Amino acid sequence: METSSSTEAISIRGAAKSYGAVPVLHNLDLEVGWGERLVLFGVNGSGKTTLVKLLATLARPDSGRIEIAGLDVRRQGVQARRNMGVVTHQPLLYDDLTAYENLRFYGRMFGVADLEQRISRVAGQTGIAHRLQARTRTLSHGMQKRLSMARALLHSPPILIMDEPETGLDQEALEMLEGVVQHEAKAVLMTTHNLDRGLSLASRVAILAKGRIAYQAPREGLDADEFRRIFDSYREAF
Amino acid sequence: MKDFLSPVLAIAWKDVLLELRTKDVVVTVLIFALLVGAIFNFVFAPTEELIGLIVPGTLWVAITFAGVLGFNRSFVLEKDKGSLDGLLLCPVSRDVIYFGKLLGLLIFMTVAEIVIVPLFAVLFNVSILDIRIPLVVLLATIGFAGVGTLFSAISVNTRSREVMLPILLLPVAVPVIIAAVESTRAILEGSSMGIGRWVQLLVAFDVIFLIVASFTFGAVLEE
Repeated sequence: METSSSTEAISIRGAAKSYGAVPVLHNLDLEVGWGERLVLFGVNGSGKTTLVKLLATLARPDSGRIEIAGLDVRRQGVQARRNMGVVTHQPLLYDDLTAYENLRFYGRMFGVADLEQRISRVAGQTGIAHRLQARTRTLSHGMQKRLSMARALLHSPPILIMDEPETGLDQEALEMLEGVVQHEAKAVLMTTHNLDRGLSLASRVAILAKGRIAYQAPREGLDADEFRRIFDSYREAF
Repeated sequence: MKDFLSPVLAIAWKDVLLELRTKDVVVTVLIFALLVGAIFNFVFAPTEELIGLIVPGTLWVAITFAGVLGFNRSFVLEKDKGSLDGLLLCPVSRDVIYFGKLLGLLIFMTVAEIVIVPLFAVLFNVSILDIRIPLVVLLATIGFAGVGTLFSAISVNTRSREVMLPILLLPVAVPVIIAAVESTRAILEGSSMGIGRWVQLLVAFDVIFLIVASFTFGAVLEE
């Protein structure tokens, strides 16, 4: 992996994005350092998913500069993608392939060495080992989400970017998610609108409102009730 | 080279595996092409003198419109559950995705044509025992699938994708269709006059559009 400990894991400078005449992100600045777990809170429509799309190179910013592990996502997209694992709302899987075939396909696309071993490891980690030979369309929503997480972890990415990953997960899977967020990557950016879950996973929190970072603070020393009041004030203003 | 070929083959293999499970593309292409052949055969009831005029056009109309259906289906499958985004998240350049998808479509089209061309020969009672027939079919299919892959990626993001694809694709594919019809006509009529010119046009079209489409594919896919 082409990471550099001297740069931020994720760096966003002046990023703006509009869809047609509708502005979604405005001149957004945000950084995630190595070792950090930034949880980004925001109500529906605040721009969280668009931000994840820009980071994941699924969309182009209208202006600004985005770096993943010091790599400019516009000019060094291939190397940047190698450094991140992305979990989105959609599982990004093929319904008519088995769970194993999906992982094998993505493993080949990422050039994963010792692919069989790696599949066994991530399948065990995410609790899908017993369903590897099942067609993806026969898996429950929660199992598909687990498989999607296994896909994102397959190439051992140093940076994890997750868009509301807790949606549809049961208690056991949520514990698995906690383990992944806390131990599997060197830096994490996760979006959510679940305050309790987000606060329990974060080392730093930020609030995205109307396409801008409206608030950010380290988790340590942050009172949950106080943060809830701050978040509610932005929710009402939205 | 391995960094390029390995993911291209992975994408094509994934498409083949999906096709073996769903049979969405090849069956759609085959049924449509056979229906076109049967209908034209009844409508024209071609005599021996008219065969050379009717069969090449009918054959390539069938392959062209069946291909449009197949291209659409291939990208709609990618769009389901956002698996196209999954491809875009992979650490490969966008042209790798283009060539992977193209290779998959070429395999499906070729399989369908292996059935369609002999069936047309039987329906219209013409001989296709000429080595130049598969050459022309292959060259035309490469060019047609080359632009088809690009325009399918554009149209799959539009609301009226089934209508949008032929509107975008067919005007651009006109040179390859004309060249395919004319060279097939010359071969069926046993004439070698002008075949070289049409084959040159097919080769030029293939080279130009494979290069242009592979360069523009990335811009088409990103929001």
